[in-house]
Amino acid sequence: MNAPAGFQRFVEVFFDGAIIDRYLPDLLSAMVTTLWLGAIIIVTGVAVGLVLACLRSLQVWWLTVPIVMFADILRALPPLVLILIFYFGLPGLGVMMSGPLVLFIVLAAVLAAFCEEIFWAGLTALPRGQWEAGRATGMSFAQTLIWVALPQAVRMGVPSLVNRSLAITKMTALGSVIGVKEVLAVSSSAQAMSGSATPLTMAAAAYLAIFLPAVILARWLERRFSWKV
Amino acid sequence: MPGIMEMFFNLDIMAQAWPLLLQGLWMTLRLCSVVIGLGLVGGLLLALAATSPRRWLSWPVMALIDLMRALPPLVLLIFVYSGIPFAGVEMSPFVAVAVAFLLNNSAYYAEVYRAGLQSVPAGQSEAARATGLSKAQMLGHVVIPQAVRNVLPDLLSNTIEVVKLTSLASVVSLSELLYQANMARSVTYNSSPLVLAAAIYLVLLWPMVRLVSRYQRKLAL
Amino acid sequence: MAQTPMLEITALEKRFGTVEVLRSIDLKVGRGELVFVIGPSGSGKSTMLRCCNRLEEPTSGSIFIDGRNIVNCPAAELNRLRLQTGMVFQGFHLYPHMSVVRNVMLAQIKALKRDKVTARTRAMDMLDRVGLAHKADAMPSELSGGQQQRVAIARALALNPKVMLFDEPTSALDPELVGSVLKVMKDLRAEGMTMLVVSHEMAFAREAADRVVFMDGGVVVEQGPPEAIFGNPQHDRTRAFLSRVSHHAGAE
Repeated sequence: MNAPAGFQRFVEVFFDGAIIDRYLPDLLSAMVTTLWLGAIIIVTGVAVGLVLACLRSLQVWWLTVPIVMFADILRALPPLVLILIFYFGLPGLGVMMSGPLVLFIVLAAVLAAFCEEIFWAGLTALPRGQWEAGRATGMSFAQTLIWVALPQAVRMGVPSLVNRSLAITKMTALGSVIGVKEVLAVSSSAQAMSGSATPLTMAAAAYLAIFLPAVILARWLERRFSWKV
Repeated sequence: MPGIMEMFFNLDIMAQAWPLLLQGLWMTLRLCSVVIGLGLVGGLLLALAATSPRRWLSWPVMALIDLMRALPPLVLLIFVYSGIPFAGVEMSPFVAVAVAFLLNNSAYYAEVYRAGLQSVPAGQSEAARATGLSKAQMLGHVVIPQAVRNVLPDLLSNTIEVVKLTSLASVVSLSELLYQANMARSVTYNSSPLVLAAAIYLVLLWPMVRLVSRYQRKLAL
Repeated sequence: MAQTPMLEITALEKRFGTVEVLRSIDLKVGRGELVFVIGPSGSGKSTMLRCCNRLEEPTSGSIFIDGRNIVNCPAAELNRLRLQTGMVFQGFHLYPHMSVVRNVMLAQIKALKRDKVTARTRAMDMLDRVGLAHKADAMPSELSGGQQQRVAIARALALNPKVMLFDEPTSALDPELVGSVLKVMKDLRAEGMTMLVVSHEMAFAREAADRVVFMDGGVVVEQGPPEAIFGNPQHDRTRAFLSRVSHHAGAE
């Protein structure tokens, strides 16, 4: 096989125009699925993580112990294990959940666990004087938490939050294992049906279109927030 | 309807699945040692290239790192595993999985190292050069040790992610821990093997997760 | 002074575990009086000050502010009582994520429930009083230490406190910035504010204080007008402390 022929074959296998035309509509709708799943996972995960960190700041043991357990376990377990247990195990108890619902619950919970740790690290890094200044001016614990401590903790955590949110949103690709019609699932089945690798190239391109801007944004945020500390 | 204990914590089924899971664990550990070992080295090389003052070197490497960070690891895995054979390259499943994870993780390790290298004050390398150390000696004896120490928690936390990541290999039927557990589940129609696999992951990773948390808090203070 | 004192501390004790930091402190600060507390580090003077708005919980004893005991008040009332004391910290503790004027407005809005317009007007008045109205929209990180401390004073004053507590307000400042903060404190005294000040600024104490209190080892060793304490101290410990301090001052 000479070089030009090899290259031509490579293009045919990975960039087949006819296959791109055939599967592009499916892929676009799959991108929409990936995007909205990612969006609700980020919103829910960050919000729950924030609430958990606030509850933990009350420093009462019967809140702290379950929160730390939750955060530790969800950070230690591979998400795919949880996805399989939820999707294949719970029906045995009569609890039926759709693939997208399982994916949403597991990934939002994992993100919440990481966000709780990020917010908590920010809160504990805050100088004690900030709390004292708030309390000395007559503000309550909750007011000082909301108006003085949290804004600073969130600011400190922004780079980690963005990176972690990205990493977890990319895990929506795990939905392909439990029949969620997201980008990877659609292109894998297209690949199987067409016998061409082109749908996989399309999947990679689709993910790059979604996540490359996000990665670059994360890099920019990191630089912006790093000189502040 | 069967109860939670029988469906998820069935000791008999766990005992049956145990040998299968042990085999899987062995495969997981083998995969981890390859990906972590090569990832730690490859990441450092990429980071050194990415922080190089020579732009013809640093820019393509940065682009490669961002590319790898933008692709979900499972996509990378499927692409390498089922795409590369189309190009006429033969790879064993283990090698394909290792290559895919390595591409992904070297990029993540590189990001961690890069932050570490940038955290070492310029005065350190200037002092090293001023005392007559060569560039390689400066990196090896002065800059890299400090860089690594500054980002040790992040290196550890990335290593945890690698171990969790290897569970994705089950999707392409590499018989690692999760694959074996899921096989056992589909044979027994019972989720206990999955729960047992989860327990094994917990035993492996929980101490590391605790360590990372403690470390980060100490750094914050 | 026929009226009740503005601040009265009686039999105040504070223990951290088994360590006795304060042992039976009695101290009165009259209305409009400026009382200076001096003493070696570890003498308990900052702890005493922090007990006065319960940033530290007293172990026993009473602290009356304007005739009202704050030691046994329920937690729900504590936030309201804290509004009566304005606290100025060594480290300023401005909120770094808010502009100067918002720093001065925050507690007015959240703790006093003032509306935004009133709070802003009051904040601008207070910033004007400490000479920083022109920095209202700056961020704290853009200010010098002396300016930050004056904003912190404005933040406390904006809440109409009955007593101002100063915890080593100039210790973290470069020498050339100390004067501007002391000037603000002098102005406050002229306007009749009651002040309790923990500080090492002996020259300022001599010039501006109504009374100087010397603390050592968790007790008040002696107190009196500045000329008496500095000119003719009665206790050996006071003499030893003052000679140490003046040596340092001489060396600088």
